[in-house]
Amino acid sequence: MSGKTLYDKIWDSHVVHDFGEGEALVYVDRHLVHEVSTPQSFAYLDSTGLPLRRPELQLAVADHAVPTKDRDKTIKSELARNQVARLKENVAKHNVPYLALEGNGHGIVHVIGPETGFTLPGSVLVCGDSHTSTHGAFGCLAFGIGASECGAVFATQALRQTKQNTMRVTLTGGLPEGVTVKDVILALIAQIGTGGGVGYAIEFAGDTTRALSMEARMTLCNMAIEAGSRVGMVAPDETTFAYLEGRPLAPTGADWDAALSHWKNLPSDDDAIFDKEVTFDTSILEPQVSWGTTPEQTGSVTGSVPDPDAMTEPGRAERARKSLAYMGLTAGQKFADISVDRVFIGSCTNGRLEDLRSAASVLQGHRVADAVTAIAVPGSAAVRAAAEAEGLHEVFLSAGFEWREAGCSMCVGMNGDSLEPGERCASTSNRNFEGRQGIGGRTHLVSPQMAAAAAVTGRLTDVRELLK
Amino acid sequence: MNPLRTLCSTAAPVLQNAIDTDVIFPARFLLLMDRDGLGKHAFADWRGTDFPLDTAPWKGSEILVVGENFGTGSSREQAVWCLADLGIRCVIGRSFGEIFFSNCFKSGVLPIRLAEGEITQVEAVAQAGKKIEIDVATQEIRLPDGVTLSFDLDAHRKRMLLEGLDDIGLVLEDHAAEITQFEKNRPNWLNLTRDRFDALTGR
Repeated sequence: MSGKTLYDKIWDSHVVHDFGEGEALVYVDRHLVHEVSTPQSFAYLDSTGLPLRRPELQLAVADHAVPTKDRDKTIKSELARNQVARLKENVAKHNVPYLALEGNGHGIVHVIGPETGFTLPGSVLVCGDSHTSTHGAFGCLAFGIGASECGAVFATQALRQTKQNTMRVTLTGGLPEGVTVKDVILALIAQIGTGGGVGYAIEFAGDTTRALSMEARMTLCNMAIEAGSRVGMVAPDETTFAYLEGRPLAPTGADWDAALSHWKNLPSDDDAIFDKEVTFDTSILEPQVSWGTTPEQTGSVTGSVPDPDAMTEPGRAERARKSLAYMGLTAGQKFADISVDRVFIGSCTNGRLEDLRSAASVLQGHRVADAVTAIAVPGSAAVRAAAEAEGLHEVFLSAGFEWREAGCSMCVGMNGDSLEPGERCASTSNRNFEGRQGIGGRTHLVSPQMAAAAAVTGRLTDVRELLK
Repeated sequence: MNPLRTLCSTAAPVLQNAIDTDVIFPARFLLLMDRDGLGKHAFADWRGTDFPLDTAPWKGSEILVVGENFGTGSSREQAVWCLADLGIRCVIGRSFGEIFFSNCFKSGVLPIRLAEGEITQVEAVAQAGKKIEIDVATQEIRLPDGVTLSFDLDAHRKRMLLEGLDDIGLVLEDHAAEITQFEKNRPNWLNLTRDRFDALTGR
């Protein structure tokens, strides 16, 4: 019999009831709750009269709908104001731990989960948000769920799930200068497609993955969902344990020791068999930039907009034509000739301290181009404070960036930070979907360094030119 | 939830590949806290006289025919609620975003995956504005020219659809004791207490 994968081990240890044929009722250890995906889930409890089973295993915060400036004033949008107020009412009513917007624990769900030690290896963690895959960086089974499933977790602390197939993505060869893990995941998605991971839990492995910091691993797993996979994971190792030790909600004392010995047995067994294997050489990558309206429409920054007529698969060609029309681009146009109006650095993909450092290292001594409006939005209040402690805010501010409060901001056009129709943005977020950053807005997904480079030159730019 | 047994309807073709949840239900409407009445926001930025769901013979169709990877992207269940609110009870496509696919069943909407040779026949019927019959019990799609296609559906989800059942109610009815038992055996390092959280927030 072959060994078990990391995914198998976590799945097996969480089966409450096995229905056969890969179906099981799975226990949920951690549930992150935010204002947008749960009003209807709490309403379910109210309408059925069911109690919330384990309040202390939930952690709530408002992130999607909140403004990132003028936080001392009331929220301007009545709808957003009501939604945040509703979350506060709901968590108070059901005794769910809540990190207040005004407090220093506030932030994006996928930033504060790891930051507080709420996220742990070997656990099952869910949230009504597709980027919950982020937490898989810790070697936990983390996936996004819909509002009905959020209601199910409130009421039962368990979910009926179908076991996924497993795919190992082995990243090899390390990262060249100017290339980040964001470029790796974008290039991988360009290769396997946004449907490439559907039905699979991805485990990232290989020497490139092992050498990544926790923050970089989070960026990697965050975008597994853009490859179609609800789950992206990295086996826990010393990097993981060092990150977690001493976090406020991480186990302590004898519990820490017990956890650690469990975690050390989590990595996939040597003889484990994955349903699919992909090997990806990261040593030959260049910085990436998306050109269309789906993350797989991505290329190396040194290239140009592809020609749909040259695409052999008709569905792909048709999709590319639609994307180029929406993006206002023409085939053959060099990426480096595309000018941008806005730059956004932040989000659950790239709003962590390391991301801000990396962008700041490019901005040092430069100014944002006259035609560009640029904002830097830390992923949490703690990230913001840590960045300020090392003076990063001054680098952003003196370059001409706005330095904002934490939130999802311009990753999702629903909180006041958004593009105007036709505006073009170099963005460190995760989705370049039509209208994602605002109606008619045009998004180019890039790394934090690449976003900083675009801010400086006013066009999509190979950051390696500025790093010389 | 209304049971879903059979359907007989025209099928609106919205065939572009990788139609994402932001197109199906743009993020700005996520600020609404209802789950009913969202149909007016479905495909909000694509609606109009040239959009199938707004045009005869597809206005009021209970079936949607889509391309590859439909519903890719976010976990927002509004992407299903808004379609259900328009009266759509079945979505047939080549492939689906995984969370969208699973969300469908929570609102009594049946997503059907078909292989290339089969889906093209459904597309042709949809585009011709003819009616398609769906039978959940027999797992069959009947096309007007007499062709019958079968589709996959797991037994549990089939029962949920046919009987219009609530998933959560079933779990509580059948598995509450098992959940309690499971919790007793959970390692302590996975537990959290309120005072740990209070220490975090300085209260």
